[in-house]
Amino acid sequence: MAIEYLGLSNIEGPLAVIDGVQGASYEEMVTMTLDDGTKRIGRIIEILGDRAVIQLFQGTGSLSLTNTKTRLMGEPMRIALSKEMLGRTLDGVGNPIDGLGEYFADEVRDVNGQPINPISREYPNNFIQTGISSIDCLTTLIRGQKLPIFSGDGLPHDTLAMQIARQAKVVDEGSDGSNFAIVFAAMGVKHDVANYFKRSFEESGVLGNVVMFLNLSNDPVVERFITPRCALTTAEYLAFKHDMHVLVILTDMTAYAEALREISSSKGEIPSRKGFPGYLYSDLASLYERAGIVKDAKGSVTQIPILSMPNDDITHPVPDLTGYITEGQIVLGRELNLKGVYPPVSILPSLSRLMKDGIGEGYTRPDHPELSNQLFASYSKVEDAKSLASVIGEDELSDIDKKYIAFGKAFDAQFLTQSREENRSIEQTLDLGWKLLGMLPKSELDRVSDQTLEKYYKPMEE
Amino acid sequence: MAKTEGRIFGINGPVVKVKGSDAFEMQEMVYVGNEELVGEVISITSDTTIVQVYEETTGLKLDEPVVGTGAPLSITLAPGILSDIFDGIERPLRDIRKASGAFIDRGIKVTALDENKKWNVTIKANVGDAVCGGDIIAETPETKLITHKIMIPPNLRGTISWVAKDGEYTINDVIAKINTDNGELPLTMKQQWPIKQARPYSERQAIKKPLITGQRIVDTMFPLAKGGAAAIPGGFGTGKTMTQHQLAKWCDADIIVYIGCGERGNEMTQVLDEFSELIDPKSQRPLLDRTVLIANTSNMPVAAREASIYTGVTLAEYYRDMGYDVALMADSTSRWAEALREISGRLEEMPAEEGFPAYLASRLSQFYERAGYVTNLNGTEGSVSIIGAVSPQGGDFSEPVTQNTKRFIRCFWALDKSLAYARHYPAIQWLTSYSEYIDDLTPWYNANVAPDFMDKRNRAMAILQEESSLMEIVKLIGADVLPDGQKATLEVAKAIRVGFLQQNAFHADDTYVPLEKQNRMLDIIMLLDDRMKELVSRGIVFSKVTETGILDDIIRIKYTIGNENIEAPFKEFEHKINDTFDALLAQHNEGGIS
Repeated sequence: MAIEYLGLSNIEGPLAVIDGVQGASYEEMVTMTLDDGTKRIGRIIEILGDRAVIQLFQGTGSLSLTNTKTRLMGEPMRIALSKEMLGRTLDGVGNPIDGLGEYFADEVRDVNGQPINPISREYPNNFIQTGISSIDCLTTLIRGQKLPIFSGDGLPHDTLAMQIARQAKVVDEGSDGSNFAIVFAAMGVKHDVANYFKRSFEESGVLGNVVMFLNLSNDPVVERFITPRCALTTAEYLAFKHDMHVLVILTDMTAYAEALREISSSKGEIPSRKGFPGYLYSDLASLYERAGIVKDAKGSVTQIPILSMPNDDITHPVPDLTGYITEGQIVLGRELNLKGVYPPVSILPSLSRLMKDGIGEGYTRPDHPELSNQLFASYSKVEDAKSLASVIGEDELSDIDKKYIAFGKAFDAQFLTQSREENRSIEQTLDLGWKLLGMLPKSELDRVSDQTLEKYYKPMEE
Repeated sequence: MAKTEGRIFGINGPVVKVKGSDAFEMQEMVYVGNEELVGEVISITSDTTIVQVYEETTGLKLDEPVVGTGAPLSITLAPGILSDIFDGIERPLRDIRKASGAFIDRGIKVTALDENKKWNVTIKANVGDAVCGGDIIAETPETKLITHKIMIPPNLRGTISWVAKDGEYTINDVIAKINTDNGELPLTMKQQWPIKQARPYSERQAIKKPLITGQRIVDTMFPLAKGGAAAIPGGFGTGKTMTQHQLAKWCDADIIVYIGCGERGNEMTQVLDEFSELIDPKSQRPLLDRTVLIANTSNMPVAAREASIYTGVTLAEYYRDMGYDVALMADSTSRWAEALREISGRLEEMPAEEGFPAYLASRLSQFYERAGYVTNLNGTEGSVSIIGAVSPQGGDFSEPVTQNTKRFIRCFWALDKSLAYARHYPAIQWLTSYSEYIDDLTPWYNANVAPDFMDKRNRAMAILQEESSLMEIVKLIGADVLPDGQKATLEVAKAIRVGFLQQNAFHADDTYVPLEKQNRMLDIIMLLDDRMKELVSRGIVFSKVTETGILDDIIRIKYTIGNENIEAPFKEFEHKINDTFDALLAQHNEGGIS
């Protein structure tokens, strides 16, 4: 049955309304053919009687009430999946845009996915070595985790994400890279950024293992709503059907949330904070929760979403709600960046919730949990000493506070700072941590057991 | 009775409008569409009935049927609940996995509890017994730890006319018959109860016993009573979930109901894994034997998230009726409030603060008021304690959910970002937290732990309070210029903060600390305070104490002294403190130090 509905009843923002629709189903896809023959796709987002509200992915520009024919597709948004997608570049709704033509579809899936049954989940505890000290030691990335990078405009989050993607490996496995894939989804990012990622994938020779979904800043806003869903459906397919370990990079989640807000406001929904819809949390969760490992498959989906905090405000709804869903966060700091520290990971607000089960004896090294705990505690005292110094001057500080200031400087310069190519092993990172703790007297190290101190602590000679 | 049937007229997210019948009842459970998705009637107008659907509505079509069940949304109560994991409307996730694999399909039909399993039932009632709601007629070991008591449903009364013999029965087998005013009725082990209605009890009792958790800052500083309600608010990363897990593991309730409401899937997996492995020290059985989990993760349907809280508290009340102390953890009530907001928004109701519906406060109070220490209908005593995590937006406690929650709880454990940043766990801020149960519980503590326990607790709190005002000065001019007496206070406060309040959940002994040890640790700190004051009054430079290393030793007693046979090592340690200070005093008297 292929009924075509002529014309529209109402157009507002990215939404169009059709009356007299029969047998429409919720979230069903539609195609709209304009008089000039061009086609647009959309999705039914509300049904009331015979009236259907349609959200158009390519926007409503040049639509009139009379120049369209609309056809219902009878199914929700789906994407064709295949291993051949590796190495390909697709647009925000999954059409190839690299000029290499269509790929052969192995399977077609609903992009909305389905929630993973909590009892089918395998609890993640495989340590991923990124070669970056601040992450490996203090906010350890675990396979199957969702660990976002909270950043701001002008901070090197793309470089960091790229370095993680390039260097990430699981230490105890003879990783030959054959079952490793990257799914990259760009939502509302600049052309330069997309090109940077593409070039870097190419240079490091992994492009053949990368699927890129690009919705750039001048692409239709509404399409952005679908882009991460296409990317995650692809990732699930590769991970759970082809047993691959998939790293998903989603950038920029703030642009995604803004697209959601735009759609919501043109629907006339009641806004909650900063105009974002009340279901922003559920919506973000439906993306982030698609990371993980399931018991029936060998692969995994690890997510590194990148989001820019407007005005560096971590309490803005997007980073705030993200932090409540994801398993930790890596926060980049502007002050560190200005001081020339790369990667400028602000360690105190950064956190990895899964690290406690993936580090220590049998995973990294037995002293790792205590060491990271102590570094956090000591670094927070550096902050106290600094704020005191800003009032009374460094000279007036007590001896112990002066030691903290010196420790803080050395920590920034040696532990946090590393070059963009530098790939430190976890042993190097941990040893470096102990070396720096040597600048502090033993009595200050209250998070470490005596045995561990005995074995690793060496006071630094003055 | 003919089933009420209507037709789908409108769909917007989980909210479905139905036309074609005016016979639906409020809160009636309905089946929506050809896939028979579970839903509940939430609003009725003259021509339209509004239903919220507990599953994803993608693919629902106009004009599909909506069928009423004639009963409110209810859950099944019978043996087989414990150690299992359910979704928000009591569908067992293990069976769902068998039916649909790693991902959850829609419209799956599974029964809540295993109907084939045979339970070893001992009949307690006799023919001729006059019984009424709540009376125990039989029991069966549900797990090695918990005996499940089969009770007469609360609204029934009559005379037992027949009982089965002791033996093996499924939950659908008739184990007794009862003569009521409406004739003879068969009784099975199963009963249904509507989740939004509190189960009746005979009488509410005054609070008298603490819920002992083994967490020092909770037990000593801000205790929760059995039958009380507490809230744990905190921004992300401050350790709400970690604290909830610690309480669920170690608190001395008989039954734990753990609700993962709109939170992470991996966390539920973790609870499931950990609780199967962790052994309860008293019974040598896995903790899962006394636990029921309700998982409605953040990506599962939002309406079922709203129901999960009620499902959990109904299960808790059911076990309370058997005479057990039940602790319910809800993580997180903010996600539940957001589910209310989302549905309210789709209904286009007039919002109150921050888009939350105006009935947020009344819904919260209905939930928290289901906590309590009661005498049950059958004369036993039981309690439901509720511990709700709150996730305030932006970590700002002035938002509506935190503020409204504060009105209905009496114990407030405020988690603090800066403590969490410094990895001081549990990151419960001692200056902003409070427990209104202290007065109710003081007699218990003084009688069961030590007569001066609460005095010591109050003294420790006063020291912390003083530290906080001193820190204001230190922030401006540094600690060096303070007089010795105040420096000494800062050191004692540090011993309290680091040595007592900070607790290591990953340390074999420190993860759970019995009250006796908490009491003795307080003794040590009080002794330190006394001796420091003495030293200062003699004019001894206080840095001499630091040099002895005794302060570091005090901070480490949580690790150096175990949980068993504590008296001897504590005595020895007290001697050590006294010796150290005596030596300093002696040196001073000889003029060795000034």
